[in-house]
Amino acid sequence: MKSLAELQAIREKARSQISVREGSNDAVRVLVGMATCGIAAGARPVLTAILDEISKRGLNKITVTQTGCIGICQFEPVVEVIAPGQEKVTYVKMTPEKAVRMVNDHLVNGNVVTEFTIGSNTK
Amino acid sequence: MRELSLNVMDVAQNSVAADASLITVRVMERGNRLTIEIQDNGKGMTEDQVSHVADPFFTTRTTRKVGLGVPLFKMQAEMTGGSFSIASHPGEGTAVKAEFVTSHVDMIPLGDMDATMLLLITCNPQRDFIYIRGKDGREFTLDTRQLRDVLGEEVPLNTPDVAAWIKEFLQEQTSYIEKG
Repeated sequence: MKSLAELQAIREKARSQISVREGSNDAVRVLVGMATCGIAAGARPVLTAILDEISKRGLNKITVTQTGCIGICQFEPVVEVIAPGQEKVTYVKMTPEKAVRMVNDHLVNGNVVTEFTIGSNTK
Repeated sequence: MRELSLNVMDVAQNSVAADASLITVRVMERGNRLTIEIQDNGKGMTEDQVSHVADPFFTTRTTRKVGLGVPLFKMQAEMTGGSFSIASHPGEGTAVKAEFVTSHVDMIPLGDMDATMLLLITCNPQRDFIYIRGKDGREFTLDTRQLRDVLGEEVPLNTPDVAAWIKEFLQEQTSYIEKG
């Protein structure tokens, strides 16, 4: 049984790591489209995959949030990556598998997965 | 939508858009009836807005916070011979309730409610959620306000360890009530 005491332990552990999270102006933001169009197209498993991979790799500087419909419903599930000082990257027609690769190539190693971006999918 | 849990996620986004600080999701099954309620303390809607919420054409054009989401959810409930209602007051919040007849041939499976709740909680760490899930007399509740009390302000609900705890808690509790 999961108990609240375990959360207490998580709190103690997290306290020692707090300083790392402070001043996260340089944080990379990942936005997943979670409007009706995104959800119907399969955004939930994509979001789950991103969060799992980020947690597995301990990438605690990255924030993952949901966003609404950005008007390109035919390309859903859409994932946007916004890094300070860089142009926004829009990934389209994402799947959990593509999302894992996006985390590893782009968020970890800094290489945009060009073939999944909107630029490569609008012909 | 292939699972009702996806509709829940979708409809709950309206509560987020309405800037609710507390969102309650109630999923109760008894016999061949399934009731899903989503209630928030967000900014609410006027009577006029409520009357148009289930109209996809009116709503998508005027208010961005509701579109096809509510009409789809309503349709899925009514398709099974169930019912749908929405109550809202400006400044107080909104309550959406859908009842399904689970034995009906057009019933869509509930699907992975745990995944829906986990994502709602971890993607909205500044909001609180109460999730109440019941089936034939057994039930459990997850109230993020209780978790917040233990975690304090410095450990947000989207911390990976906390998210893992919530995920396991939901799995454990769900399998307990589903064993029946």
